[in-house]
Amino acid sequence: MTSLAATTPMPADWRDLFALTKPRVMTLVVFTGLCGVLAAPVVMNPVLAFTAVLCIALGAGGAAALNMWYEADLDAKMKRTRNRPLPTGRVSRQTALHFGIGLSVGSVVLMDLAANHLAALILAFSIFFYAVIYTVWLKRRTPQNIVIGGAAGAFPPLIGWVAATGNLAILPVLLFLIIFLWTPPHFWALSLFVRSDYANAGVPMLPVVAGAPATRRQVFGYTLPMAAAAIAPWAMGLTGAIYGLTASLLSAIFLGLSAAVLLNRATEPSGMRPEKQLFAFSIFYLFVLFGALVLDRWL
Amino acid sequence: MADPPPDEELIRRRQKSGSRVTAILLIGFVVLVFAITIVKLTLNQ
Repeated sequence: MTSLAATTPMPADWRDLFALTKPRVMTLVVFTGLCGVLAAPVVMNPVLAFTAVLCIALGAGGAAALNMWYEADLDAKMKRTRNRPLPTGRVSRQTALHFGIGLSVGSVVLMDLAANHLAALILAFSIFFYAVIYTVWLKRRTPQNIVIGGAAGAFPPLIGWVAATGNLAILPVLLFLIIFLWTPPHFWALSLFVRSDYANAGVPMLPVVAGAPATRRQVFGYTLPMAAAAIAPWAMGLTGAIYGLTASLLSAIFLGLSAAVLLNRATEPSGMRPEKQLFAFSIFYLFVLFGALVLDRWL
Repeated sequence: MADPPPDEELIRRRQKSGSRVTAILLIGFVVLVFAITIVKLTLNQ
């Protein structure tokens, strides 16, 4: 009799499949998507709201799995990513591909069923944008990869809003713009202190291609319109003082930290404290900003 | 009878836990679609 081990490929552990969805990134996606639902001027049925946020999470997870499927060779070269399920062989490429496609298609179909066509369409486009335009097309070709690719991460609040209301408005477009403009300083701050990782993998991140001083100027350059976009909902009378004051205070701190990055001259990661501070603060910034938006709407 | 080789044991364990997780997700999916249908019917009335 042939043994099972000889005839059956090792099945993937479900925890490794879960890891393909980039759960840490998904936290931010789920939170901003939920804020989009809650900031909308209508009260969505809790079951439909839960399903809409679940679909945003599943779509993001599917896109992340497709990203890992395509980038397995790159991930193997980088210290930060070489322990992921694909480079270590814990999940086969085919399993990752099927898992990614399944989650992506399933999330769009379910969104269409629970919310509306427009929300499903934007969700489908955001998955396509991340998996194809960013991962396949831009990431290995241009140092501006994350500027355009960052748009993929900016869709969740827009999708949440559209799922709740069925149409677009200025506020969700501004929320999209905030995350879109937040992504370059966030990622470039990180890429400054993990520059060698990207260089070893041959990814044309801005610090690798243009050097640290040019990247620092770009970080500061993007922070200015980001701060303006963050304050715009209040200035345009779309939100109240809770959001306005929070956005103003946090954006001022963000500007201060990115100015410290601009003035830093360090070339080694050990001297890049301002970059590490900006990276950590940028995550806090987005969570608190969107939290304030929801508080403002409900209080 | 001799113990199964460690690889075989791991395959069985993974198949079992995979089946369990799939079953839970499928039940969750069915419940969710049922709930969505009820909500949609209620909203349309």
